[in-house]
Amino acid sequence: MVGRIKANGALNAFITVAEDLALEQAKAADEARAAGAARPLLGVPIAHKDIFCTAGVRTTCASRMLADFVPPYDATVVEKMRAAGCVTVAKTNMDEFAMGSSNETSYFGAVRNPWNQDRVPGGSSGGSAAAVAARLVPGATGTDTGGSIRQPAALCGVTGLKPSYGRVSRFGLIAFASSLDQAGPMAQTAEDCAHLLAAMAGFDDRDATSLDVAVPDFVAGLRGDLKGLRIGIVKEHFAEGVEPRVLAVLRDALREYEGLGARLVDVSLPNSGHAVPCYYVLAPAEASSNLARYDGVRYGYRAEGYRDLEDMYKKTRGEGFGPEVKRRIMIGTYALSAGYYDAYYVKALKLRRLIADDFTRAFEHCDVLAGPTSPSPAFALGVKNTNPVSMYLNDIFTIPINLAGLPALSLPAGFVDGLPIGMQLIGRYLDEGRLLNVAHKFQEVTDWHARVPAGF
Amino acid sequence: MNAEEIEKVAHLARLGLSEQERKAYAAELSRILGLVSQMNAVATEGVEPMTHPDEAALRLRADVAIPGVSRERLLAGAPQTERGLYLVPKVLE
Repeated sequence: MVGRIKANGALNAFITVAEDLALEQAKAADEARAAGAARPLLGVPIAHKDIFCTAGVRTTCASRMLADFVPPYDATVVEKMRAAGCVTVAKTNMDEFAMGSSNETSYFGAVRNPWNQDRVPGGSSGGSAAAVAARLVPGATGTDTGGSIRQPAALCGVTGLKPSYGRVSRFGLIAFASSLDQAGPMAQTAEDCAHLLAAMAGFDDRDATSLDVAVPDFVAGLRGDLKGLRIGIVKEHFAEGVEPRVLAVLRDALREYEGLGARLVDVSLPNSGHAVPCYYVLAPAEASSNLARYDGVRYGYRAEGYRDLEDMYKKTRGEGFGPEVKRRIMIGTYALSAGYYDAYYVKALKLRRLIADDFTRAFEHCDVLAGPTSPSPAFALGVKNTNPVSMYLNDIFTIPINLAGLPALSLPAGFVDGLPIGMQLIGRYLDEGRLLNVAHKFQEVTDWHARVPAGF
Repeated sequence: MNAEEIEKVAHLARLGLSEQERKAYAAELSRILGLVSQMNAVATEGVEPMTHPDEAALRLRADVAIPGVSRERLLAGAPQTERGLYLVPKVLE
């Protein structure tokens, strides 16, 4: 496993390979197995996105700011997955501080898409998606603030779930936008995601927004049939602006669902078109506040050659953050500053309510929503990273879900020009079990998720 | 955004920007604010701002000490320390 990871360095999917830790944990798993233990994830190697703190293992968030940061504790997700028997083999590459949709903002260089190495893997959990797609690990963790699990899952042809806000603890997860961030699993199948989510989910006293609710048996929940399931087709997701061949793939996938007994109903999310502007106020506003902690005093990078404390802050932050992170800190600071707070921040919070209410109304008529995860297949490296606005618009279908706090999943639904296409399923609050069930039933009758990119 | 606004916001955010960055950001941030201003097309009178997906009252925990990370381990990651404290440039003359 470690050898295979090292041999596939060209993808740049990993920032750190935790070889010693992996061998130690694998040995412990072997011993537990020999002693009769039989947990489903015992000895399963996984990779963690480099945004999860791992005690004693460098955690960079793909930033120069944290290039040498070694956390003194484990994130709750890391702790829980280890307790379930998982073996941590590596930390995956990502967009810097999870800000990006192509993995090109990483301080450690872009990740390449295993289906076509001139293409992006998506982002920000692009390293996790590429590693699973190339079969370098069977599963990985990701985080999703505006689509960062689902969009790379779609572009790399893997299955990825963003759980409901509050389902998985954010303790030890390096914060980007705290009212939107949520951690989740990425794997080949919905069934594997169900096992991984079962290990990750649950109440955590150390996260004030963690939900103290029962965690259903996601694995047992995979079995139910789909007879009578009402799938909502969002009018706005099948409109112009989406590559027509992507929509053709989606229509074929929806026919599969009809064959499984599901019924399609038309629904509308009239305010979802405002989600990108709304998000690009709220996420930067929260980020500008969260990233104020990187001051060169307590941990992380500190610049050299400063005049005084303020100059040290400015040089440290100017040198330690990359261009996209600085751009978002600037936008967020501006939106929160005196004179602009109501026009930008409060306005965006009101829009957030309208966007969330649209989902409540849509779910009166259906059980899940289905549509494209991303408007196009993986785009070429270096094409969109020079124009922030065109990059941001890429997340038009994924962002509304984070604003509303709902669960959503992307699963492989077909190919266009040899590149995978993802279908997004959106669920009611806390209904991720149903999403896994609906995805699993599709994967029982299709093999898109089982296709492997050439050479891997 | 003009050069003066960029300068002001960069100062508020304690971000040291090069001349070249300031120029680039003036153009890019103006484009992003153009995107963001599409929000103004939506009527939001009477809409309650939504700050969070779960707006239930914040949970309180019992006021008891829980074991944390030791001082030594926390200080081990700091750029500069002295006698068990973080070291920063002189603040008072």
